[in-house]
Amino acid sequence: MATLTATLRLRRMSTRRPGDPLLMVSAALAAGLVVLAVIGPWIAPYDPAATDVLAASQGPSGAHLFGTDSLGRDIFSRALTGARLSFAGPGIIVLGSAGLGTLLALAAAWHGGWVDRLLNRLLTLLFAIPGVLVAVVAAAVFGAGFWAPVLALTLVYTPYVARVVRSVAVRQRQLPYIEALQLAGLPTWRICLRHLLPNVAPIVLAQATIGFGSALMDFGAVSFLGLGMQPPTAEWGVMVADGRSEVLDGAVQQSMAAGLCIVISVVAFNVLGERLTQRFGGTR
Amino acid sequence: MSVSTSAAGVPARLRTSWRHPATALAMTYVVGPVLTILCASFLLFAVLTLSPGDPVAQLLGPHASDSARAAMRVRLGLDDPLPERYWHWLTGALHGDLGTSLTYREPVSDLLAPRLLTTFVLVGMAAVLILVAGLVLGGIGGTSPRWRPLVNALAGLGIAVPAFVATTFLISVFAVNLGWFPTGGAGSGFTDRLWHLTLPAIALSIGYAAYLIQMTSSAIGEEAVAEHVLTGRGRGLPGSWVFRRHILRNAALPILTASGLTVAGLVAGAVVVEPAFGIDGIGSLLIRSVSAKDYPVVTAVSALIVTVFVVVTTLLDAGQHLLDPRLRKGR
Repeated sequence: MATLTATLRLRRMSTRRPGDPLLMVSAALAAGLVVLAVIGPWIAPYDPAATDVLAASQGPSGAHLFGTDSLGRDIFSRALTGARLSFAGPGIIVLGSAGLGTLLALAAAWHGGWVDRLLNRLLTLLFAIPGVLVAVVAAAVFGAGFWAPVLALTLVYTPYVARVVRSVAVRQRQLPYIEALQLAGLPTWRICLRHLLPNVAPIVLAQATIGFGSALMDFGAVSFLGLGMQPPTAEWGVMVADGRSEVLDGAVQQSMAAGLCIVISVVAFNVLGERLTQRFGGTR
Repeated sequence: MSVSTSAAGVPARLRTSWRHPATALAMTYVVGPVLTILCASFLLFAVLTLSPGDPVAQLLGPHASDSARAAMRVRLGLDDPLPERYWHWLTGALHGDLGTSLTYREPVSDLLAPRLLTTFVLVGMAAVLILVAGLVLGGIGGTSPRWRPLVNALAGLGIAVPAFVATTFLISVFAVNLGWFPTGGAGSGFTDRLWHLTLPAIALSIGYAAYLIQMTSSAIGEEAVAEHVLTGRGRGLPGSWVFRRHILRNAALPILTASGLTVAGLVAGAVVVEPAFGIDGIGSLLIRSVSAKDYPVVTAVSALIVTVFVVVTTLLDAGQHLLDPRLRKGR
């Protein structure tokens, strides 16, 4: 049975569909950004922490592509190096919330009844607490740093995944193939894992992609507020905050470079997520 | 989590009487939201009071005598069990007593009152900007296929600009280079305050406005090609009549939902924008109190933000209920 579903899935994937140029472009851009984030620290032309007071607050030039900050650090190198941390935070948030949300959604959709109602109540409660607030409170309790906002935002993003996946899983649950598998005597965990999960996986992927963009903004905001990553760490939110005093002196390059990195990344992942949602026919 | 037992733990005979329309309405619009606020505030209170740190040392300083410290522990009720402390806090909060700030050594309510006005003006200005920009641009995008791609692209870009990035951009262009607006502060007096809060309100509204544009545009766009609209046009009804009676009425619900959600989230957005502009509202107060581990203030402000959010979304639900007869019958 599993092999049959697998073969069918393969065949379905190989049939030609009308191309979606926007999907291809955004997927390429997002993939490129992820690759840059991984290899960024290795290909950065300068040491991101190396100060050079004689070359402070310079505009973009051949030697310094994005210019230098008030301590003379190379902004291009800092943006490249910072990409890794700026992506690692949202990456963990999205993986965690997608995993947890899918698990909760499958449990609720499979069991129905009071499990479903309990989950619904829990999600309503979580929806009532704004994401930034949870991250800020987490920073108050556990101290500023990487993990407090990341874990808090993971919790915040879980209901969004869970709600969408639950609605798809409930529909799948009522389809005849589930009953057929049950009659065939397969254990529940196996049906959920091998048959139900693959059918909701595209929606999870689309949701996670959209979530990545929002998580990138929220994680950056927490760092910007001084409650996440701390200076002199190279991270985009920290860089935007660092550059604020320079902006008042008319040197915008640090804030602008980091801000543009954030905007471009969020656009790429948002468009990709939207196209994926469209393709897989889920609801937003 | 007593919320979860709303229907499950009740005997069947009682449950049927809960389906009485008036009871159901009260459950949806009063009991449910109040329970949500209670649960959320309890969670916030519990997490913040159980977190590491010694409020007595913060209040009395390192040189206080042991007896003074013990007296303070009793006065703050630090040795009471958690539910009792929460009850104490809740009853106090309902009477306007939100505890004492550990860093300012003033009642929290005295700290909140002047800052609430600033935040309220900021959020109000942003809400007006969001509604005007969102509904006008969204309406254009929804009704005119020629402008739709441009509007959608603008909204797609706007939704990807976080408020803290918009902040630095706006300050750089309109405050530093053009000198039209101040670079920070909240100002005093009515017009000065509006002038000071214009850039922050714009920064706060960009992302939310873009979201509202998307929602409005797609709601009107979907409705404009619906069968009953085509029928109306086919019968020769004037375009403005069709738009008002057939498109707008149906599109109003999703638009109202999106508007309400954005406005409800604004106070949380102010938490980011206020420190960025050096505005001394409750958002800045929250961030400063978090850094200073001033838990009574953090608890009060976060409970306030949650309450505002739940109240606004509940009003929104009720508004939908009034607008849409289908919801009234369906329940």
